[in-house]
Amino acid sequence: MKIVLDHLTKKFISRHNKNEIVTAVNDFDFEIPDGKLVGLLGPSGCGKSTTLNLICGLETPTSGRIFFGDLDVTELPPESRGVGMVFQNYALYPHLSVRQNILFPLENLKGDQKLSKEVMEQKALEAARLVQIDSLMERKPNELSGGQQQRVAIARALVKTPGVLLLDEPLSNLDARLRLQTREQIRRIQKETNITTIFVTHDQEEAMSISDLIVVMSAGVLQQMGKPQDVYNEPVNLFVAKFLGTPAINVFEGCIKDRGLYIGEDLIGHRDIEDQEVYVGIRPEAFDPDQNGPFRCRFDRVETTGRDTSIVCHNDHCISDEDVRAIVSADEPIAHKDGIIRFSLKQNKVHVFSKKDEKVIR
Amino acid sequence: MMKQIKDLERKNKAKNTIWTVVIFALLIFWAIIVLFPFYWMLLTSVKSYAAYNAEYIPQFFTLSPTLDNYIQAFTAVPLAKYFVNTIIFTAVTTLLMMIVVVLSAFAFSRLEFKGKDFVFTLFLSLMMIPNELVIITNFVTVTNAGLRNSFPGLILPSVTSIFYIYLLKENFEQIPEELYKAAKVDGTSDFKYLWKVMIPICRPTIVTVLILKVIECWNAYVWPRLITDDENYFLVSNGIQTIRESGFGRENIPAMMAAVVVISIPLIVIFLIFHKKIMEGVSRGGTKG
Amino acid sequence: MKKKNDLKGWLYLLPALLFIGVFMIYPLIDVLIYSVEEGYNFASQQYYGIGTYNYSYVLHDPYFLQALKNTFILVIITVPLSTGIALVISLALNSVSKLKDLFQTIYFLPYVTNTLAVGLVFMILFKKTAYSEGLINLLLNGFGIASIDFIEGPYWAKMFVLCFYTIWVVLPFKILILTSALASVNKDYYNVARVDGTSKWRTFYKITLPMISPSLFYLIITGFIGAFKAYSDVVALFGTDLNAAGMNTIVGYVYDMLYGNSGGYPSFASAAALILFLIVLTITMINLMVSKKNVHYR
Repeated sequence: MKIVLDHLTKKFISRHNKNEIVTAVNDFDFEIPDGKLVGLLGPSGCGKSTTLNLICGLETPTSGRIFFGDLDVTELPPESRGVGMVFQNYALYPHLSVRQNILFPLENLKGDQKLSKEVMEQKALEAARLVQIDSLMERKPNELSGGQQQRVAIARALVKTPGVLLLDEPLSNLDARLRLQTREQIRRIQKETNITTIFVTHDQEEAMSISDLIVVMSAGVLQQMGKPQDVYNEPVNLFVAKFLGTPAINVFEGCIKDRGLYIGEDLIGHRDIEDQEVYVGIRPEAFDPDQNGPFRCRFDRVETTGRDTSIVCHNDHCISDEDVRAIVSADEPIAHKDGIIRFSLKQNKVHVFSKKDEKVIR
Repeated sequence: MMKQIKDLERKNKAKNTIWTVVIFALLIFWAIIVLFPFYWMLLTSVKSYAAYNAEYIPQFFTLSPTLDNYIQAFTAVPLAKYFVNTIIFTAVTTLLMMIVVVLSAFAFSRLEFKGKDFVFTLFLSLMMIPNELVIITNFVTVTNAGLRNSFPGLILPSVTSIFYIYLLKENFEQIPEELYKAAKVDGTSDFKYLWKVMIPICRPTIVTVLILKVIECWNAYVWPRLITDDENYFLVSNGIQTIRESGFGRENIPAMMAAVVVISIPLIVIFLIFHKKIMEGVSRGGTKG
Repeated sequence: MKKKNDLKGWLYLLPALLFIGVFMIYPLIDVLIYSVEEGYNFASQQYYGIGTYNYSYVLHDPYFLQALKNTFILVIITVPLSTGIALVISLALNSVSKLKDLFQTIYFLPYVTNTLAVGLVFMILFKKTAYSEGLINLLLNGFGIASIDFIEGPYWAKMFVLCFYTIWVVLPFKILILTSALASVNKDYYNVARVDGTSKWRTFYKITLPMISPSLFYLIITGFIGAFKAYSDVVALFGTDLNAAGMNTIVGYVYDMLYGNSGGYPSFASAAALILFLIVLTITMINLMVSKKNVHYR
């Protein structure tokens, strides 16, 4: 089922200051295509969870509409929307077994929707198989590992075959190794069921690795939406550029003079735009050590972490961090003279942003 | 804009208006049942004797309040005496209990000695013994010791509170071990450590225990009733019972209510000041009865 | 060195051991002895035999049987009713955000007040005198019901006042415990139940109730124990001569045997107290067994 958010806005009165209005979601206007896995990404407190709560109906928007397919669900209570939701702490009922937890939503059905006992058991078992916990049906939640609890929560959300599956920070309570496994599981389950799925996360790597689409938001405002790689390669503004990628993008103050892109004295590229002050974002993987390269930095040290080799150096115009970080191939010799290292830059990894509104200039 | 949001929030809430009204009606109804006896005792205590008895249908307010009943409460019966007795009883009992409780909680939580676990288990199992079982022998013991109608007789059997030893021990144990070790390295004695470090850190719990014990002492009835029959040693609970049965003549209800107000006020004041602490302390494991 | 430490530990414990030894452990043993000493005379401190006569006397004493009956009626009415009312009020309290603290504080007020003193107010409210019917009776008259003397009238009327007052006295504690138990249930459980379309009743029955079941059973157990030991609130309403009023309780019987007009029989008092202890112990055991099956512990 596709989801359409039509100029969706949620404002509420600040809890700390009665006279202050907080805009948690500001004029969201986009469409999530059917059957996609969508990562809703942003720093904490940016309104991701509010967006999720609006979609599932736990909160009502201040203005704007929400459509599931062609159906306007804005006024519908959560139970009528046909959504499944997995909460950050899973919210598994601790006094019920895995089976009872999964059966719980089915037992709520009334009237013509009411199912026979056998059908319910059958559906619960199917959901449990899907998330591979069918061997643990009689356990209580506290007898399960974090990853297993997570999957029970997903099974419970899926058992009613919802049109939309919502996951709130699904991986944040898991340790690093389980996180990798579980995110693959989520990917697989989503592909098998083909249910439109939205998950909220503040971890950009998590979002990038499994989503069909990512939606980047900040302070209640939608920044950019697209395929993960597209958003990474072509950020529309400085925020998106900085938010995606580890190590983070290096940002410099620069300027355009006579179609030339300068950082300090160094002419590092060309842009067909007017003369102006700009921010220049250079991805760490854009750097190639090159004795004749145009971009000069003061060499500090080489760091090797696992397969990556990064060169840490300094540049007076760098504003993102005191260090400039460049990821290079380990085989290349790293030459520097009098403490100065020179780089040539892959131009598609160099982004220029207007100093006025921080939007990208192409 | 602000108004719009408020309207919207109100609209969302409005769906539940009927429900909200029902709930508030229930809450207010119960609040009235709780508060009404207090209102009634205050009201009756300021009605004059004549006015009260002239009312076939009791009035819900009075236009001519009088303090006569209070004067009578203090003159016709030795209310002030009861009051002073209760204060002495409460203060000494609470103080003694505090000393006993703090010392033993410290021993249980910080010191290592032979037989500690045994004694602690014994204490815990004694917590389940109802007062009614031991009060009989205590009555005989105190009577035989000639301590009837005396403060020692009133106070000594009321001191022990195993539950508070337990509560404080748990609290003491939450203080990190490192603090004790550091103090030992600095050459601090155990007693000084208890006095200068543990008690200040655990002050909130100690204050809670203190208040709960004060309430308990102020309301004590059974033991004082058994052990005193001399008015000079009556506590307020016994006093009120005497007043009820013979005090102002059976029918002087306004004066009776004045006495009731007077003995209720100290606790209500304590409650109004410390209600957060008291409620928190009680929900951590206090019981009544 | 080790020895010195041992001594120090015991030294810190000494005051507690003294108090507990003299006023708890010794009496505990002594009460057992008293209860089997037949014909103990308080004045001469002598007895003429060992046996179960004291128990048999108490169990055949009509005053004791009356006290037993009163206590059981009181327990059976007030424990379920007070727990139920406390649950309803706590649920209502937890569903409002405004004024919650205020209501909670008001509801807790009876906990700190003197049972005897407020009992007197209740007596006046319910009492029918020569001058006035009493406020409650006037209220009843308003509904077309004839006046009843609740304090010195028929048994059921007295029992009604006693139950009413007992519930009034025990509710603050129960409301406090249940309100904090309800507040500690994670909101996500309710959200997930809402998304799943769980009805209000089912949410309460299947989620709320199991989640607060430990507190609920704690209250039921302590409620039983407390109600079996009812005494001062009865005295507050009906005076110290409870046998005459026909409203005595087991604890009241114990004290009456010990001291007062019919007092001076510590042996009978001990036997009655031990019978009470056995009843309470049995009920508590049953409660614990039931709760093991039904209570969910996290």
